[in-house]
Amino acid sequence: SRELFVLTYGALVAQLCKDYEKDEDVNTCLDRMGYSIGVRLIDDFLARSAVKKCRSYSETVDMIAQVAFKTYLGVTPSVSCSSAAGNEFSLILDKNPLVDFVEELPAERASLCYCNLLCGVIRGALEMVHLSAEVTFLQDRLKGDAVTEIGITFLRKPEDRKQKRS
Amino acid sequence: MAIFSVYVVNKAGGLIYQLDHYAPRADTEKTFSFPLDLVLRPHDERVVVAFGQRDGIRVGHAVLAINGAEVNGRFTADGKDVLEFLGNAANYPVSIRFGRHRLSSNEKLMLASMFHSLFAIGSQLSPEVGSSGIEMLETDTFKLHCFQTLTGIKFMVLADPRQTGIDALLRKIYEIYSDFALKNPFYSLEMPIRCELFDQNLKLALEVAEKAGPFGPGS
Repeated sequence: SRELFVLTYGALVAQLCKDYEKDEDVNTCLDRMGYSIGVRLIDDFLARSAVKKCRSYSETVDMIAQVAFKTYLGVTPSVSCSSAAGNEFSLILDKNPLVDFVEELPAERASLCYCNLLCGVIRGALEMVHLSAEVTFLQDRLKGDAVTEIGITFLRKPEDRKQKRS
Repeated sequence: MAIFSVYVVNKAGGLIYQLDHYAPRADTEKTFSFPLDLVLRPHDERVVVAFGQRDGIRVGHAVLAINGAEVNGRFTADGKDVLEFLGNAANYPVSIRFGRHRLSSNEKLMLASMFHSLFAIGSQLSPEVGSSGIEMLETDTFKLHCFQTLTGIKFMVLADPRQTGIDALLRKIYEIYSDFALKNPFYSLEMPIRCELFDQNLKLALEVAEKAGPFGPGS
């Protein structure tokens, strides 16, 4: 059924490309869809994995990489922290199941982020647990880079008040 | 029936789902002649028994119907004030039905929001940082168990004090919520849950928990 999902995703992206001319529009659309998926997926993830509340950004990113990605996509990206402030992280995927059947992007779609849905999912999920973040693709194998890298930048610390409430 | 009700409260404190699972309590209907030996008094929007408990009629029971016609708060079905009607000897003999008043949906909404606020106060009063909030409220007739998810949704279960396994039940309800409410594409977040599948699966889960009963595993 993973294959079905990958094929469905491919058909979705292809249809979006037909609907929208500009790559940025397709990317935004994918991100928005991912966001709606993420806000719902987070409860499913928390209900099934019964993980405890994460107390730091790095714990959160580790949880995303090791548990969430494993559960939903079957791969485990590696995590690296890329800023001294401790709020920028990247997930490095050497195997991305979503692009199993894609060789490379067509010439006229050079700036398309094929897996932008994933960015939206992560952003939506984090927002539901009161962590706002920016999630983008830093490197993309489909564009010729060596690996696929997703960057997560946490925007502001959750206020103490919010932590106490949740 | 050992599990009485389930409440689901969203992040803002609004009640989005409510289920009553207990068998309706028996109402008592009796015929009375003038003068009435029960002392009735108005309470909120209802007329309740203040004194004179007898047979099945207990203090606190509300007047539910007069001569078969359901009363509308403090007024009879034809609009007359209940206490006036019962004070008039000409209306006797009269048959009155008493029973425990069930909460209206507005009252439930209000109580859910109040609990939400109490929960927030509870977390803030905690001497330790990062408290889980109110997990259980215990009285002699029921226990209220509450579970708040990391996303802010609260699941509350009112059950018999001897019922065990409620923690597992709360987690199960969370799973059912994430499956049948969240994955339903036509369900908007934070809105009242109107999903058939959610209802059915929730009732199944309650039945399983009840069967496991007081002999079930821990909690």
